[in-house]
Amino acid sequence: MAVTTPTKPADPDYVRIRSTATIDSGKNLLDVKALKMHFPLTQGIIFQRQVGAVRAVDGIDFFVEKSETLGLVGESGCGKSTTGRAILQLYKPTAGQVVFDGVELTRLGGEQMRKMRRRMQMIFQDPYASLNPRMTVGNIIGEPIEVHNLAKGKEKTERVQELLRVVGLNPYFTNRYPHEFSGGQRQRIGIARALAVEPEFIVCDEPISALDVSIQAQVINLLEELQDRFKLTYLFIAHDLSVVRHISDRVAVMYLGKIVELADRVDLYERPLHPYSQALLSAVPIPDPAIESKRKRIILTGDVPSPVNPPSGCRFHTRCWKAQQICSEVDPEFIEHETRHWAACHFPGA
Amino acid sequence: MAQQLLEVTDLHTQFFTRDGVVRAVDGVSFEVAAGETLGIVGESGCGKSVTALSLMRLIPVPPGKIVKGTIMFDGADVLKMDDDEVRGIRGNNIAMIFQDPMTSLNPVLTISRQISEALELHLKMDKSEARKRTIELLDLVGIPSAKKRADDYPHQFSGGMRQRVMIAMALSCNPKLILADEPTTALDVTIQAQILDLLKNLAREFRTAFILITHDLGVVAGMTQRIHVMYGGKIVEKADTGELFANPKMPYTWGLLRSIPRLDERRKAKLVPIEGLPPDLIAPPPGCRFEPRCQYRRDICREKEPELVHIPNSKPDHEARCWGTQQGGWLVDTDWHKEVGDTRIIEEIKQEVAQLPPEPKPGDVPPPPAI
Repeated sequence: MAVTTPTKPADPDYVRIRSTATIDSGKNLLDVKALKMHFPLTQGIIFQRQVGAVRAVDGIDFFVEKSETLGLVGESGCGKSTTGRAILQLYKPTAGQVVFDGVELTRLGGEQMRKMRRRMQMIFQDPYASLNPRMTVGNIIGEPIEVHNLAKGKEKTERVQELLRVVGLNPYFTNRYPHEFSGGQRQRIGIARALAVEPEFIVCDEPISALDVSIQAQVINLLEELQDRFKLTYLFIAHDLSVVRHISDRVAVMYLGKIVELADRVDLYERPLHPYSQALLSAVPIPDPAIESKRKRIILTGDVPSPVNPPSGCRFHTRCWKAQQICSEVDPEFIEHETRHWAACHFPGA
Repeated sequence: MAQQLLEVTDLHTQFFTRDGVVRAVDGVSFEVAAGETLGIVGESGCGKSVTALSLMRLIPVPPGKIVKGTIMFDGADVLKMDDDEVRGIRGNNIAMIFQDPMTSLNPVLTISRQISEALELHLKMDKSEARKRTIELLDLVGIPSAKKRADDYPHQFSGGMRQRVMIAMALSCNPKLILADEPTTALDVTIQAQILDLLKNLAREFRTAFILITHDLGVVAGMTQRIHVMYGGKIVEKADTGELFANPKMPYTWGLLRSIPRLDERRKAKLVPIEGLPPDLIAPPPGCRFEPRCQYRRDICREKEPELVHIPNSKPDHEARCWGTQQGGWLVDTDWHKEVGDTRIIEEIKQEVAQLPPEPKPGDVPPPPAI
């Protein structure tokens, strides 16, 4: 036994799912098309009627290629975590398609989806809240192995120990409880749990933002090592632009439920097209007083509008310094302005 | 040097818990001149917030206690004052901005009521004067239509707006010193830029001294004149801001600077993390506090604790607590960008982490089973 490179499971069900719901194939592991996730707002106690919706994710398109890391950045409330959860079908999307390795996930039934989840896992933000305090580390990591019938008994124990070793913890920690560990160690346990079922795709939802500065780099390096070793594909959700630049191959910028820009890492950080990306990049403080004193900041006025009534036209026009008449009237299309560099803006560029 | 506004000498704050005495602040000395901005940088648990709370005498007693030291503010020792005298200073001469603006505002009182309270109490204003001043303050910190918003409750404000209210509240009595404890950590980058810009302008305009406490080296780089780095309840390095970033002299500071990815530099193939775990402040390491995680360590580091002393090849007020970089040490000429330390020691540190935590004690029971 060893944690090996994940291979397509020789599971008869897998073949069946594939044949019933095949839509697309190619080198993209994940295709997200026109995905919408609205949460209803209701009024009334007995007769609840819907009075509106929080349009957390409001029509986004993107793809993730095999073995790459797509970074998803944006401010809190822009819908980046909702996107991650909607992809894994932890929420039932309101509209749109999520195609994972040719299988349309939004139409799958419970049992079929459960089988798919073996191939896609999640690492959560808060290492304190995402581990059950009443379960031992061995049970936490062993549970997904058992649920998916991957191993039993002694074999399972060995596998748990191997996973602990892989994430840099002592394999004899299996009988300990989460409260005995520090934040960084708990995050490693969360990572081991995600790896337990040998997934191909992992949604990392702000995996390092709850950790101390000196621990963050340890976890980033671990995630990169694991990616190389197990050929993993990541959707890396974060608000820290410098971390996202470090870990991602491509980056998507979200604002108020929409992706406003999507490009290869170098293009996005060197030639951001959308004004919001430009403002975000200029707002990141740089740990060098000489640079800080000379830097010109774009300081956005105001706050992010409410996703219940997003502004008409381009959603960013209320805070944009380039906004013209057209911006408040027409929602700009998400266009490929340069090769593999998409942006949704009427006046893209510098 | 200018007359010091605040002089902290040998401050020790400890918490008496069931597991033992937590030495959260363990002999910290520093001073702040009028109108100066000082940055205190460190990770969670290094004692930076407890230092700030000690200055305001806001440490909960019990379990906490300031066991030793003096805090001279404007010529008077804050630690010798009785409760009434401290209350006269708090909010009046020293004000504080907290990290989380939601939990530090009272949800059942209007914004205007909360700001007026301090004005009425300290400046003896009557109700209408206080209200007028409140609206001026809200205007000053950039709250749109302040007159109308003054009667709103905290939940009607966004995170950034609440932090502006906190700043207005801190400014209300024209304090000489404002302690800002992670003022932007809970905020988004674009809002953080707004708030930092505001704080910078206010510091310049009112000549208020600031102590900016944060874990983010980027935030202090653009805001402060001097920086103190804290680790494990002690100050491990003191320097002015330019010097600290250009010529750091403590392996912990090197580690911090190396471990963060930076937007202004070429992307590194791999980050160089600080291995190991933060120190346990109940049983801190006997020698240098950073020794268990330091890849440059030698035997002396474990045996004896270094003093905070001036470091050769640096500006006169640059001090660090390290055997290696002080006069005659083995790191005096080390280029921290290139020499990342002994790989054998790094492996040792990784092994030590894998061994932690220690075996559970007999009294250490797991949480009760679910009902």
